[in-house]
Amino acid sequence: MENSLKKHRVGWFYIMIPVLAIALFYFYPMLDALLLSFRSGMGMNLEFVGLLNWKRLLSDPNFITALSNTLTYLVIQVPVMLVLAMLMSVLLNKESLKFRGLFRTAIFLPAVTSLVAYSVVFKYMFSPDGIINRFLMDLSLTDAPIFFLSDPFWSKVVIILAITWRWTGYNMIFYLSSLQNIDKSVYEAARVDGANAIQQFFKITMPMLKPIILFTTITSTIGTLQLFDEILNITDGGPGNATLSISKYIYDLSFKYTPDFGYAATVSYVIVIIVIILSAIQFKLAGEKE
Amino acid sequence: MKRLKSIAAYVFLVIAALISIYPFFWMVVSMTNRSVDVTGGRQLPGTYLMENLNNLFGQVDMVTALGNSTLVAVISTLLTMLLTSLAGYGFHVYRSRRKDIVFNVLLLSMMIPFAAIMIPLYRLFGRISQVAPWIGIDTLAAAFLPTLTTAFFIFFFRQNTGMFPEELIEASRLDGLSETGIFFRIYIPTMKTTYAAAAIIAFMNSWNNFLWPLIVLQSPAKKTVPLLISNLGSSYAPDYGMIMSAITIATLPTVFVFFLMQKHFVAGMTGSVKG
Repeated sequence: MENSLKKHRVGWFYIMIPVLAIALFYFYPMLDALLLSFRSGMGMNLEFVGLLNWKRLLSDPNFITALSNTLTYLVIQVPVMLVLAMLMSVLLNKESLKFRGLFRTAIFLPAVTSLVAYSVVFKYMFSPDGIINRFLMDLSLTDAPIFFLSDPFWSKVVIILAITWRWTGYNMIFYLSSLQNIDKSVYEAARVDGANAIQQFFKITMPMLKPIILFTTITSTIGTLQLFDEILNITDGGPGNATLSISKYIYDLSFKYTPDFGYAATVSYVIVIIVIILSAIQFKLAGEKE
Repeated sequence: MKRLKSIAAYVFLVIAALISIYPFFWMVVSMTNRSVDVTGGRQLPGTYLMENLNNLFGQVDMVTALGNSTLVAVISTLLTMLLTSLAGYGFHVYRSRRKDIVFNVLLLSMMIPFAAIMIPLYRLFGRISQVAPWIGIDTLAAAFLPTLTTAFFIFFFRQNTGMFPEELIEASRLDGLSETGIFFRIYIPTMKTTYAAAAIIAFMNSWNNFLWPLIVLQSPAKKTVPLLISNLGSSYAPDYGMIMSAITIATLPTVFVFFLMQKHFVAGMTGSVKG
């Protein structure tokens, strides 16, 4: 009895530091951000303003732009990337495919790069005298260079292409490792029953991968909602505010303009609210509990 | 028809692989060329590698940045390994109803977007600066403290501890080993592959971290490699050859580790969601 009490204490001792650290660096800041959202002022001098920050959100054109840009990235980029990743993983899972390892390694490689490093590379590739313009002109697809990064439409396209390049292989690896866990005999049985490849995919593969699809959808959603490194390093939010994301706007409010931590915290809570709503919807759609 | 399908699959995969690799190729080739040649679209290796490296290490403080990044990555990886594996072990081996509740609460922190807490964190470190300036704003310690013990790694170790044979713990106790002794002398050596996988991910996260260091590190002497590259990338008259060599140097360690330990790498990324 005494022994088990001692063991019990050892257990709490082992988990103590991380528990305290996560409380201090994650949960306390969440609470502080909520309290901050009811205060306003410059720098560290803040006073209580009630719901003023929350009202300001609705009439702040920069916030509306940042929100709609972020949702645009989310709605277009995440589905495109996950479908591509799924397609690649299904192709790479075929044992008859030659050079499987080579393809897998090549497609996964972008996932090991630093976000800053690859962003700067993309910025240069898409500059007016960059390699992409040269390529397009060599193929006579365009006569004059396209100013990708100073055009409101193309700059968004570049951001979406960049994120897709960086994260498709990453998600593909998750699908591939789950596919490899599916028992081959299930497919054998389906084939005997006369199911074709497409039926097999929707009736066997998709249901089996449901948990991992849910996982990648949620992590990609949270990731895209926090988009920052690419925006700062490829376009700096421009031209104008054409590529501004919510995270970049929070950063600008806090560290670029005259700091208003109260309002910045309010904007940041919008991300929290969106994450909660979208995750709840995704869980519901997937019909899973965990 | 079947033949056609298979050709289509290869074409698709070849294009995907080429698009994935091309930026790496361009980055390495540009590292050996002059700025004019890079904008001129040169796709072949040149002879300006040494000049670019000389510029990089002579004109900007790449040495300091590399030193800072290495120091932060090594220390934070070691501490993360020790603290989160202890916790993961603790949650699994000394399992109790109350610990399970604490664990589930910790998992919630994985849903917290960093953007939502960066301002309170900055204020928190402002206050820490007043009592303990050596871990406050503009110190390397502040750059890694908030992400030292994440729920992700605790979850990862707790999950993997399930593979650690319970009988080994019982046997060690009968042999008279203390609880701490079991962890350090039996558990750690047995779980080498789990540690390797986690270490790779922890190192990469730290090496590539940008937003928080950008906020908390302010003086030039404290800059890490991503901060330096971001600075170089935003210059009005960029020296492409030099910047590409900085980017290649920043990318090398993670690419190198990936090729060296591909299995552990993938296990680290996917291992925590299985089961």
